[in-house]
Amino acid sequence: MAKASVSSSAHDRLILTKNNRRWDEVRGRALVTTCAVIMIAATIAITIFLAQKGLQSFFVNNIHPIAYLTSTNWNPTGENASYGIFPFIFGSLAVTFLSALVAAPLGIGAAIFMSEISPKFGKKVLQPVIELLVGIPSVVYGFIGLVVLVPLVRDHLPGNGFSLFAGVVVLTVMILPTVTTIATDAMRSLPNSLRQGSLALGATRWQTIRKVLIPAALPSLLTAIVLGMARAFGEALAVQMVIGNTRDIPGSIFDTSATLTTIVTLNIGHTTDGSIENNTLWSMGLILLIISFIFILVVRYLSGRRKV
Amino acid sequence: MNSRITDRIATGVFYTIAAIMVALLLYLFYFILANGLPQVTWDFLTSESSSYKAGGGIRDQLFNSLYILVITMIITVPLGVFGGVYMAEYAKPGKLTSFIRSCIEMLASLPSIVVGLFGLLIFVNKMGLGYTIIGGALALTIFNIPVMVRVTEDAINSVPKEQKEASLALGITRWHTIKTVLLPYAFPGILTGAILASGRVFGEAAALLYTAGLSTPSLDYGNWNPLADNSPLNIFRPAETLAVHIWSVNTQGLIPDIREVANGASAVLVIAVLVFNILARWLGSVIHKKLTAGK
Amino acid sequence: MKKMKLSVLLAMFALVIGVLAACGGNAGGEQSEEDNSGSSNSGGGDASETSIVVAGSSAMQPLVAAAAEMYQEDNTDADIQVNAGGSGAGLSQVQEGSIDIGNSDVFAEEKEGIDADALVDHQVAVVGMTAAINPEAGVDNLTKEQLIDVFTGEVTNWSEVGGNDMKITLVNRPDSSGTRATFVKYGLEGATPAEGITEDSSNTVKQIVGDTDGAIGYLALSYFDDDSIVKAKIDGVEATNETIGSGDFPIWAYQHSYTKGEAEGLAKEFLDYLLSDEVQSSIVPDQGYVPMTDMQVERDAEGNLTDK
Repeated sequence: MAKASVSSSAHDRLILTKNNRRWDEVRGRALVTTCAVIMIAATIAITIFLAQKGLQSFFVNNIHPIAYLTSTNWNPTGENASYGIFPFIFGSLAVTFLSALVAAPLGIGAAIFMSEISPKFGKKVLQPVIELLVGIPSVVYGFIGLVVLVPLVRDHLPGNGFSLFAGVVVLTVMILPTVTTIATDAMRSLPNSLRQGSLALGATRWQTIRKVLIPAALPSLLTAIVLGMARAFGEALAVQMVIGNTRDIPGSIFDTSATLTTIVTLNIGHTTDGSIENNTLWSMGLILLIISFIFILVVRYLSGRRKV
Repeated sequence: MNSRITDRIATGVFYTIAAIMVALLLYLFYFILANGLPQVTWDFLTSESSSYKAGGGIRDQLFNSLYILVITMIITVPLGVFGGVYMAEYAKPGKLTSFIRSCIEMLASLPSIVVGLFGLLIFVNKMGLGYTIIGGALALTIFNIPVMVRVTEDAINSVPKEQKEASLALGITRWHTIKTVLLPYAFPGILTGAILASGRVFGEAAALLYTAGLSTPSLDYGNWNPLADNSPLNIFRPAETLAVHIWSVNTQGLIPDIREVANGASAVLVIAVLVFNILARWLGSVIHKKLTAGK
Repeated sequence: MKKMKLSVLLAMFALVIGVLAACGGNAGGEQSEEDNSGSSNSGGGDASETSIVVAGSSAMQPLVAAAAEMYQEDNTDADIQVNAGGSGAGLSQVQEGSIDIGNSDVFAEEKEGIDADALVDHQVAVVGMTAAINPEAGVDNLTKEQLIDVFTGEVTNWSEVGGNDMKITLVNRPDSSGTRATFVKYGLEGATPAEGITEDSSNTVKQIVGDTDGAIGYLALSYFDDDSIVKAKIDGVEATNETIGSGDFPIWAYQHSYTKGEAEGLAKEFLDYLLSDEVQSSIVPDQGYVPMTDMQVERDAEGNLTDK
């Protein structure tokens, strides 16, 4: 990969002249800066693109933004069309938070198991297998959810199987690898002196984990959860197959529901570019982005405070 | 003795969590492989797919998945790693930097279909490229940048301060410190990020559907000229990947052997990801050894 | 240091402008750019007509892809790329000139934001559809009133329409789906279906209806190929090529392939091939579609039925 050239560096270091080094620094800085610029520019471009598409339903089609966000009536094709996306915002938030609530302790627990309790088994067996999970296509998760999970829920729990609950289970499984792998790396990269110091003071392993290691790794652990939640928030194909995609606010966790992403995915291909239906769907994409942005800011703020 | 008991309980909890994970993993793999492996034959792997006849294979789709993976990684890894280095080492900590960081993270939650439609409008329609591998790879890069950048940044930040400061104190320039101290140390973390990213490339369907398309021209595997229309290496040709194939067969397919093809393809995909991960880990440990041996 | 920052900002700005210029055409619609994309995509236009791009309706994709596969077996230098993405996306793309043929399961006139006069309609097949009922419900015939009652939620138990004592579970299509539009227009006489599980893809709908006791959905005739679901008669009329061709069975729609202006070159040859006996008498009926040659009635965009 790109770092292959670095391998001879020990040798280089000795023969590099000062001049070379300065030139090297300039080049390195230029390279890194260029990459950052491209990346940031792409981010900004996508954000602006989405904003431009997403704001059209408010400025061109004159839908009232407040009504759009708070109305619970979504009926884009009827004669008295109305565009209220509140149930989908609710559904998106519900599945995301609930699945993070399950996946975070499981993922971080597994990470601690792999880094603190059984590093050998963790590194050799568990981690590679967990990473494998990321590569399973959403549609396969969705299909397993549809043929295994939904009937199981239908037989043993209330409702017809298609439910918020089924969506949460599928999403939990899908974000576990992201949460676990990043959390594991965070735990592993803690300096050993932390562990040894704590253990030498007579703390038990659990005390070390709880009082020393977790606080030390907290920012990275939060990153793991945020990235996992981001994935859950944006996931569509798998959730769509098990959640039922109804436009009502679910009364319980076993009711059918819908998320912003499932509605966008189900409908956007059928609509023509620039039509009001198409615009309202792009607006949902924009809302999704804004919510996740707010959400990330909140997490950053919290993690920043904890560190102090 | 209270703390000892708590310690026991906690250990038990961690074992339980690990057991749950293992059980879950085993079940998923059992399900996919038990359903899929019986369909996987040499013929299945080496014949072309069919839209209406039974007995189609997945040769082109498998190749396309791997090829799109390579192209995506060529774009994503340098961009993500150097971008992460910039964020960790060069960017001035402050409001603007953390704003940019949040923006990049926000990208991770974009639904894949939105990225796909972004790709459709920009690469396919506006730039007039049509459905292409490069369009697909660029769309996938959009997903993977957040993970790569965050993981790199975290990995670099976790390098012990003393190591970095010792290097700088010796008069070694910052870039050289990054190359010789920080990156080697952060390498395992970066590798994890790259593996996660490549997993998403393997598994992504919605975004590729709109950018790399659902069709593959008839390919001549003897033609390695990347500019020829029928060359598998041409990055300006459309390419249906394995995940997209599974999606399209599963959802609308009308071939008589829908389940066989979808299950077989899923099993092949899982095995391909497994082989890729093992190779990447192995290669990673070789490189890591080489990098750190100089110390 | 200051200079560095400024140049970074400038470079970033330039990049953003560059990317936006690419997507800005969206709103403004620069003529030259669109012309360019049109010709470069049809495989160099006049230079070599060996490659065309088809996109649009996902439901039509298997049919057109199968025809393309057969066509390319005889004409090895032709390259026909058949993609999906949805009728709306396909119509937008063909109108913009970025693809050669846009497939749609509804008339272009029915889609907002499409200039139907600029597009040429090629009706390549007829798709019939009917209600798909879970076998446990014990119903295989519904009158039109019953069908409407079931789908609007007036009737909630199968025993009320002559079946077993079992709750009815509805399986809908997304609001903007062409299949839904056809079913609502000709099956439900325009009545709005009550809320139910919503899925887009036919195989998923089939899976759900087959799996869920008391479920009812609607499917194209192609998907009634096994015993997992019951193909409902409407007013005692079974949906077959004959009853649809004679106009006795009402729920059907054309499968349209649109070109921008008259088709030329390979696009024309391929569309002719689609309408040739070779295709109309083999894969069209094989995939469960009604061949155009069987149709004794025709329907216009407003839904008026006339004898041919």
